[in-house]
Amino acid sequence: MLNVEKYLESGSRVLVLTGEIDASNSVELDAAISEVVQEGAKNILIDCSGLEYISSAGLGVFMSYLDEFEENNVKMVIFGLKDKVFQVFHILGLDQLISIRPTKEQALEG
Amino acid sequence: MNSQLRLYCDTSQLSELRQFLEEILDETTLSEIEQHQVILAVEEVCANLIIHSHDCNSKEFIDLNVISTQSLVVFEILDFGKGFNILEYQEPEISQVIKSKRKGGLGIMLVKRIMDKIEFESLGNKNICRLFKILKSK
Repeated sequence: MLNVEKYLESGSRVLVLTGEIDASNSVELDAAISEVVQEGAKNILIDCSGLEYISSAGLGVFMSYLDEFEENNVKMVIFGLKDKVFQVFHILGLDQLISIRPTKEQALEG
Repeated sequence: MNSQLRLYCDTSQLSELRQFLEEILDETTLSEIEQHQVILAVEEVCANLIIHSHDCNSKEFIDLNVISTQSLVVFEILDFGKGFNILEYQEPEISQVIKSKRKGGLGIMLVKRIMDKIEFESLGNKNICRLFKILKSK
């Protein structure tokens, strides 16, 4: 199960992901990101401190926005990843392509 | 030890699969991070079959058989129908995944990097994919 909440902080839209992302619910993550993009967000922070699991379906959602975000100067930073979840990004080298920071403070700094 | 799970082809079954695998892997020498990765790899293969080989038809099923010894865990994933030969699958480049904006293509890449050995065999309309994870001794 995945729960997505969002709030605004220092001009950044923060999406808080709690639970697990797999092929059954990755569309919910996609919808949440798409929603903040449509609202015109230029800084998107993804709080993953409550995320216990991500499969390729979830990784694919993040990847699918990278080109668009670069073209439109939208900054997306993921923070608070548990080590076991970070390792999944790391296996594919996605930690080199997506901005990942340990804490929210560091994510807000960029 | 030998454990079996029948998964009906509905992605909502994936959380049950993770729970089943967690209980088995908890008894092995794999670290928490390794267990997490092995669960992910098995789920990726099953999700792939559920979605692409069985079009999420919940009347169809795949069978998972887990054989665990002191030195090895083997995950035998069996299904009937159009087979998906994981060994013949050409992995996309990560840059292509980004460019095409397609949300798939990463799963099999993960499986190949996490597992120690992968086998695939097709007998008539029965397909078996075997994933092997070597266990380090304590």
